[in-house]
Amino acid sequence: MGTRYFGEPVRRREDPRLLTGRGTYVDDVRPPLLLHAAVLRSPHARARIRRLDVSRAAAMPGVALVLTHADLPPALREPLPRLIPHPALVHHKTQYALAPGQVRHVGEPVAFVVAESRYQAEDALDLIEVVYEPLPAVVDLEAAVRPGAPLVHDDMGTNVCAEYTQRVGDPDAAFAAAPHVFRERLRMDRGAAAPLETRGVVAIWDAQTRELVVYDSTQAPIRIRNYLAALLGLPQNHVRVIAPDVGGGFGPKIMMCYPEELLVPHAAMRLGRPVKWIEDRRENFVSMNQEREQIHDAEIAVDADGRILAVRTRFLYDSGAYIPYGIIVPIVASTQLPGPYRIPNYECTFKAVFTNKVIVSPYRGAGRPHGCFVMERLMDLVARELGLDRAEVRRRNLIAPDQFPYDTGLIFQDNAPLVYDSGNYPALFERALALIDYAGWPAAQAAARRQGRALGLGLALYVEGTGIGPYEGCRVTVEPNGKVYAATSVGTQGQGHFTAFAQIVADALGVDVADVTVTTGDSGAFGWGTGTFASRAAVVAGNAVALAAGAVRDKALLVAARLLEARPEDIELAGGRAFVRGAPARSVALGEIAVAANPLRGTIPAEWEGPGLEASRYFAPPRGTFAAGCHAVVVEVDRDTGALRILRYVVVHDCGPIINPLILTGQIEGGVAQGVGNAFYEQVVYDPDGQVLTQTFMDYLLPTVSEVPSVKIAHIETPSPLNPLGIKGAGEAGVIPVPAAIASAIDDALGTRITQMPLSHQRLQALARRAPVGATAGGAA
Amino acid sequence: MKPAPFRYLAPRTRAEALDALRRYGPDAKLLAGGQSLVPLLAMRLARPAVIIDLNRIGDLAYVRPARAGLAIGAMTRQRAAEDDPLIAARYPLMVAALRWVGHPQIRTRGTIGGSLAHADPAAELPAVAAVLGARFVLANARRERVVDAAGFFTGYLTTALEPDEMLTEIRLPPPPTRSGWAFTEVARRHGDFALVGAAVLLVGDGEGRCAEARLAFTGVGAGPVRVPEAERMLSGERVTEALAAEIRRVVARSVEPEGDIHATADYRRHVAGVLAARALIEAAGRLEVGA
Amino acid sequence: MKRAPKNARRPGATRATAAPRGRARRLEPVGEAEVRLVVNGAEVSRTVEVRRTLADFLRENLGLTGTHLGCEHGVCGACTVLLDGQPVRSCLLFAVQATGHDVTTVEALGTPEALSPLQQAFMDHHGLQCGFCTPGILMSAHALLRDRPRATEEEIREMLGGHLCRCTGYQGILRALRAAAGLPPEPAP
Repeated sequence: MGTRYFGEPVRRREDPRLLTGRGTYVDDVRPPLLLHAAVLRSPHARARIRRLDVSRAAAMPGVALVLTHADLPPALREPLPRLIPHPALVHHKTQYALAPGQVRHVGEPVAFVVAESRYQAEDALDLIEVVYEPLPAVVDLEAAVRPGAPLVHDDMGTNVCAEYTQRVGDPDAAFAAAPHVFRERLRMDRGAAAPLETRGVVAIWDAQTRELVVYDSTQAPIRIRNYLAALLGLPQNHVRVIAPDVGGGFGPKIMMCYPEELLVPHAAMRLGRPVKWIEDRRENFVSMNQEREQIHDAEIAVDADGRILAVRTRFLYDSGAYIPYGIIVPIVASTQLPGPYRIPNYECTFKAVFTNKVIVSPYRGAGRPHGCFVMERLMDLVARELGLDRAEVRRRNLIAPDQFPYDTGLIFQDNAPLVYDSGNYPALFERALALIDYAGWPAAQAAARRQGRALGLGLALYVEGTGIGPYEGCRVTVEPNGKVYAATSVGTQGQGHFTAFAQIVADALGVDVADVTVTTGDSGAFGWGTGTFASRAAVVAGNAVALAAGAVRDKALLVAARLLEARPEDIELAGGRAFVRGAPARSVALGEIAVAANPLRGTIPAEWEGPGLEASRYFAPPRGTFAAGCHAVVVEVDRDTGALRILRYVVVHDCGPIINPLILTGQIEGGVAQGVGNAFYEQVVYDPDGQVLTQTFMDYLLPTVSEVPSVKIAHIETPSPLNPLGIKGAGEAGVIPVPAAIASAIDDALGTRITQMPLSHQRLQALARRAPVGATAGGAA
Repeated sequence: MKPAPFRYLAPRTRAEALDALRRYGPDAKLLAGGQSLVPLLAMRLARPAVIIDLNRIGDLAYVRPARAGLAIGAMTRQRAAEDDPLIAARYPLMVAALRWVGHPQIRTRGTIGGSLAHADPAAELPAVAAVLGARFVLANARRERVVDAAGFFTGYLTTALEPDEMLTEIRLPPPPTRSGWAFTEVARRHGDFALVGAAVLLVGDGEGRCAEARLAFTGVGAGPVRVPEAERMLSGERVTEALAAEIRRVVARSVEPEGDIHATADYRRHVAGVLAARALIEAAGRLEVGA
Repeated sequence: MKRAPKNARRPGATRATAAPRGRARRLEPVGEAEVRLVVNGAEVSRTVEVRRTLADFLRENLGLTGTHLGCEHGVCGACTVLLDGQPVRSCLLFAVQATGHDVTTVEALGTPEALSPLQQAFMDHHGLQCGFCTPGILMSAHALLRDRPRATEEEIREMLGGHLCRCTGYQGILRALRAAAGLPPEPAP
């Protein structure tokens, strides 16, 4: 297989149409006779619905349909599907399409209106009369586990829906015998993914053929198709779900199923007209899944040299009012916490807790930021308490390059053993230290101090499990016109799959990348797959693409061998043609091979395994492959105002061989920006009654260009032995260690001990006020 | 997020607008730049029966000398004011403050009068108006009246405007011959409303001392907040680091802000003091230079 | 007071109707109005509800879906178009306000077969990922570079500050804009 494109900064195939406003996002889908929907949402965090009168809304001119729970067919009245069960998830409560007489979070859907325009649909919402009986809500995570707390679900007797422990070695003994034990309580508050494009669904029902086509801004169109078929009583082959251009996913668009994903098709089927629902921004803050809220009580046992003997954490995970996605996020947090360090004894226990808040499911990082925050804060704590250099403490504990595969002893989110397949953490670390000039830091910091400036340097390392199964697939087809078409099972939300996958195909078949068209996100084009999440699309779908393209290549050689009267092993593919090695005149175009592979007469040989120049392949990794990285940052803190300036930001990253460096850089830079948001700007704030106080972009603060640093990126590459391309995932890398690195830097600047994220001007100023002037994070270089 | 239904009219003259206000005032909202009003309409937090669009009135946007000072038509776009040579020459404090107002795209439509009439407690222009001694011309169909800043900003998102009145002009008195000025702000992100902002104007006595000092703060009260005690302390004095530190303490203990999700009252109080001192030093520097 | 003629009472008519000096026309508020404006160089005319935003008008009435809605409260900038050549939030304007004006949307900048130099710079420097915020940024940038072909880093950042992007972290966008302004894609260290 050639490598003309792999590793090259190929310009993206999708850019010309996106740049010219010719993308098709779900709100751009406008079939004739389209109706528009709006959702009436609960204004209370917990209430019984005493009276729900939609008659005035239904009678409003322009209104086609109003639905409440009672109006739904039986399948849609039940709680929506449980996605990822787990033995420890005892109370796997899921959400409803429409609230059945009671509501459990602000924003929960209560009624669904369909009208001639969105304007009218919202007018109709104003005419719906609801009498709520507010009930005590439980909002605070710690309050939710105290005896006597209001219950989110009455039939559970508790708000704890899952409790799970993983243990390696003998932590109790290790802690008991350790020379030094340090403890910390760490907290991360709620955050939201807030993609620029909100959610949206368009459903088109053909009553004659009984076929449903749904456009959905989702990361998992195939699985949505499967759930829609099951819940709407249709065969899967009569349902097609298309994720068109998606304006950012970042995790919450992998949720299955949001109520609207069912209500919109159901309404379209009932009305015989297409229906569209687009989430507006305020709705997004009370109905798109959120994440990030965890409270950890962590401790670390070390010897006098700072070598880790044991780590233990007990944490609370806020699940919101339901838990459709299961306990993936806390499992990831638990198992990614050890990071790149040797930890002979480890214990992690968490409780997943219901609160009367918006549902939680993974958001970029999906628990890894928490694991990293806890571990890296503990490492800085060890350094400070023992008077050791922060880098040296880490160095002493890094897994060595000759220790791979490294079995952590844990079970990862894919139910497989968490074994680091490859990596070189010391090389990664030293490179980052060099790039940030760690050796020169004490002098630089002292010079700044003399000018009255509080500068700090922070470090954070992480390991990221990527590329988990179950599988993805791809079908590659060469058409008689010589062009190549690849259809895969994942969707795209900006990661450049249309280009990266085309590069892989082009390399395999020796064609120009411009002659390869990749389709993603259409269950009609390819119907078996899972979705884009957990930094897995490039690894799992990418390898499926490679396998399928490789199979097409092999077949092309077989067919060409017949046409050229040569042996397959003597044939090469280049420039869109197959030719005999050493005799380039003896050649045939790929398009001609495609025609020859599909004859009108005669027969086709068994070895062709079917007609046409086409192959479908799947890649099902037995377990994940582990990327890693180190971030280093220099910040300046204004002690008086709490303003934070990021002066320099370094990322050293290992995701194995790089398919497209432009795309990878973009992923890292985008992740760092979201990490900066998690560290200093972004918090979903609830008041004590469970009201969401941050419902607009004026209150939920996404970093702008002024807040995001430029990033110096360096790569090391430790290929993965677990897949043919040797690659590892990179989608979440940028975001994972940012809060940890920034906390480390602020502590270095102020002598504080930061244990909570996000900070803000006000929180930082309050911390600075309490910190002694002139202190640092401690430890000489 | 679509507005509730309303009816709309677009007067072409000041007189038409005032007549419309006379007829519909209590049920109407004036549409100026729309950067503050339209989001409220979209969120259905405001549901006026009538919208009176001021954007077709040709003679409400102007910047011209008047009575040795300056008259700014209420519909003057913020971006136009930011680029206006008369304002830059005579009231650079306003230009400096305008750079903190939102982003260029907002300032393309946002108006001077609209921002002042909206009276957001964290907006920049009210503090500037207070410090510059601006006077506000309020007109209804029958007559005009003129109020000063203290009279105009009456409460949280509230001004002295009656339901049938419109702000038509902002009058700036002649700038002092010798002055130093500064505007500074802490916001969570560049372009956001201020957590706390400070506008300072020092009138020089010709010998490097302040004949008069005006300090106004945003983000620490319902409207722009002056601190008379601090202003008195500065009167007749030369600004020094020590005096600035004193002013910092006085301001911090004088203002009575409320907290919200972005900053506590304590933070705002503290930062008001910090910014007062910083702005004072900066303004004093300009005073020295004779800017 | 003598009533003005009936056809003079229509608000939003492009033809200027001079009211008698000193006498106000008695305007009646309306729920619908005709919109007549130039969009991407072509005259268009429709009758719409007065509360319909310019953004919705462009997207739904004219089928110009390149302008996107990210927040509908004027913060994200995805809806930015040019009104008489200046960047504005089309979600904060009503369609009826645009009568008599000139609106330019991203569709006017180039085609997939013929990208403008600015669009090409975005493609060359990976200045977009999901593409949702991109049209708004292109409109702001187009106006800036038209007026200041050699815009400075500071001017570029000031203009970009009015736009939210969730995918790129802004660095690819900055590289593209620097290139379009003739600056080196990476800033001097």
